[in-house]
Amino acid sequence: MKRYTIFVITENFIGILNRITIIFTRRGINIDALTASESSVDGIHRITIEVTTSEEMVVHLVNQIEKIIDVIKAFYHEDSGVVYQEIALYKIPVARLDGSLEKIIRQHHAKIISAEQEFVVLEVAGHKEQTQELLEILKGYGLLEFARSGRVAVAKRMRTIDQYLS
Amino acid sequence: MKEESMIRGADIVVQSLIAEQAEIIFGYPGGAIMPVYDALYDYHEQIKHVLTRHEQGAIHAAQGYARVSGKVGVCLATSGPGATNLITGLADAQIDSTPLVCITGQVAAHLLGTDAFQETDVVGISMPGTKWNIQVRRVEDIAPAIAKGFYIARSGRPGPVLIDITKNAQVDFGQMNYTPCLGFRSYKVHQPIDPNAIQKASELIKQAKRPYLLFGQGVVLGKAETELKFFLDKTGIPAASTLLGSGALSEDHPNYVGKLGMHGNYAPNLLTNQCDVLIAVGMRFDDRVTGDLKRYAKQAKVIHLELDAAEINKNVKVEVGVLGDCKESLSMLTEAVEQGSHPEWLGKFRELEQMEKEAVMQHDITPTKVGLTMGEVISQINRYKADDAVLVTDVGQHQMIAWRYFHYKKTRTQITSGGLGTMGFALPAALGAQLHDYSRQVICVVGDGGIQMTIQELGAIMQTKAPVKIVLLNNNYLGMVRQWQQMFFDKRYSFTELDNPDFIKLAEAYGIKAQKVTERNTLTESIEDMLIHDGPYFLEVVVEKEDNVFPMIATGCSVEEVRLS
Ligand SMILES: Cc1ncc(C[n+]2csc(CCOP(=O)(O)OP(=O)(O)O)c2C)c(N)n1
Ligand SMILES: [Mg+2]
Repeated sequence: MKRYTIFVITENFIGILNRITIIFTRRGINIDALTASESSVDGIHRITIEVTTSEEMVVHLVNQIEKIIDVIKAFYHEDSGVVYQEIALYKIPVARLDGSLEKIIRQHHAKIISAEQEFVVLEVAGHKEQTQELLEILKGYGLLEFARSGRVAVAKRMRTIDQYLS
Repeated sequence: MKEESMIRGADIVVQSLIAEQAEIIFGYPGGAIMPVYDALYDYHEQIKHVLTRHEQGAIHAAQGYARVSGKVGVCLATSGPGATNLITGLADAQIDSTPLVCITGQVAAHLLGTDAFQETDVVGISMPGTKWNIQVRRVEDIAPAIAKGFYIARSGRPGPVLIDITKNAQVDFGQMNYTPCLGFRSYKVHQPIDPNAIQKASELIKQAKRPYLLFGQGVVLGKAETELKFFLDKTGIPAASTLLGSGALSEDHPNYVGKLGMHGNYAPNLLTNQCDVLIAVGMRFDDRVTGDLKRYAKQAKVIHLELDAAEINKNVKVEVGVLGDCKESLSMLTEAVEQGSHPEWLGKFRELEQMEKEAVMQHDITPTKVGLTMGEVISQINRYKADDAVLVTDVGQHQMIAWRYFHYKKTRTQITSGGLGTMGFALPAALGAQLHDYSRQVICVVGDGGIQMTIQELGAIMQTKAPVKIVLLNNNYLGMVRQWQQMFFDKRYSFTELDNPDFIKLAEAYGIKAQKVTERNTLTESIEDMLIHDGPYFLEVVVEKEDNVFPMIATGCSVEEVRLS
């Protein structure tokens, strides 16, 4: 069992996400995280899926995803093959903002991206281990809400979307 | 605004089907598809429609038609229950790679998602059971969707497509200028064969002492029957068939050694674990073929000729994967290999075949017991059938026995539900196969359980006068399940015995000539009568109640543990 990032380059048609996720459901594979967005090319979407499974299974999943008619390309990498980030937001009561917290914010390269009357929102981008570490600390500061994105990732391999399209 | 040249969406549907050279539609009307039915009224000279008695019947008939003809089967149904009744057929066509285009009506676009009358999310429901599906909500999208649908259904590895068309799109007016689909960027069909793979494969074959070839339906779908024969002629390699591969090679071919799988032949299964090079062509190593994968052909170097990239290395790890159309790859490989023969190795198959003949076949075909056997019925059919007779079977013991003993000589003569094992498939599929060609002999072998799942299609047979020859092998049991109960569940026959209706009266109620055979001495004559009869015919043969199908590879066993009793 290992962590893999699956990349899917696809036409942006209704239902595409459903077509992809049922492939995982049918095989009882849990999706750790998923992000979908428009790519740099008009009309083409990029979906990034994080799974923890065996290499055999990830190959099988990728093959099945690529069989979907509207999918242009699917491939996978281990963590070492990708550059990735996740973003995390933490909502903290203003009342808890003191010197010690400010020090923590600096140490973790967090930013205050919003300050309201009752709370502030901190933002950190990084790997899960980093955002998780800060989460544990902020639980001691009256954390009100926490949200973390799925992985956004690019492959280290030198290929562009246009190459997949041709 | 309506211009002169505009026509209704429903007319666009029918004209698009005609543009795709569809000759026949199997369907059932209802509210949400009524505009298309109304349009059909005007085109009855250009396209036929067959009213089945259930949508499941319609889709199985379309499958039978597609399988026998190699064309795309077309099916029409209404929304809601009409659409959900197609699901079994879609799943069946998906797993058996049968090209279909199914068109369903849908509630008007403005009602979608409101739980309107007969609204069901058929696109959602059918997503895992189709090669592709789409909902069309605007008239201008109808023709492009149908064009794309036909292209997807028939190209690459074929499969079923569902197009759901909202009622507003059917009644709105639009332009008809049909452009067939020739491909699109996310779907690449033609993979050039890698010459390196051919090279590597031919090296392995050259060095092989005991090479062995397995062929599946991919040979039929890829129209590579001649290429397969040439390859075998040149190399002298023994060849065995999967369930759906039967017919791709004449069983009279000197290299043909029999059938693979749970109820296949003894030698082909057993010797899988003795070959040194295994060449798989257009087959997918289904678990019914491989038995326990951990003990499957471990000694062999495997070469896999396959169109679907996802199938290579899926179940069996290969030495050489040759991705692409097997029509091309087989002829390249034939060119690359040397002339050869393997008399000793082939002799081994013949030796074991003799064992199977003595231990099993002889008792099946020339029984000494009083009751009739399924095997003798099929062997009598062989005596009188035409060379290109099509055998359509349902699912169960009769399916396995019919497959084992039917003498396949021509391609596209084997129509059965392989991957899904759908009881109720045979009767409507036989209707569909027959409607492709009234003059072809279509023999439908069915069990007393399965026929009752779609028996209503006797009505469609009556109405179309399709001269299907129905052979009901009546053992008064869900025989295949009973066999498992006998072998693996201490003979606890839990809910497998059937109190059956008078099938003869039933067939006659539909105006179909019917006869019942209970004694051996009238069997041959009845089969002859049936086959020469001009029109549909129903032959019920009462067979031994508790016969079993052998050889058998029990679940979890290895191919080399194939049992003769
Ligand atoms: C729709 C469906 N339901 C259940 C089964 C499980 N099943 C497989 S074979 C069989 C018995 C078939 O009985 P019958 O049609 O009489 O054929 P026989 O085995 O007696 O020849 C059953 C119930 C199935 N394959 N399909
Ligand atoms: Mg039965």
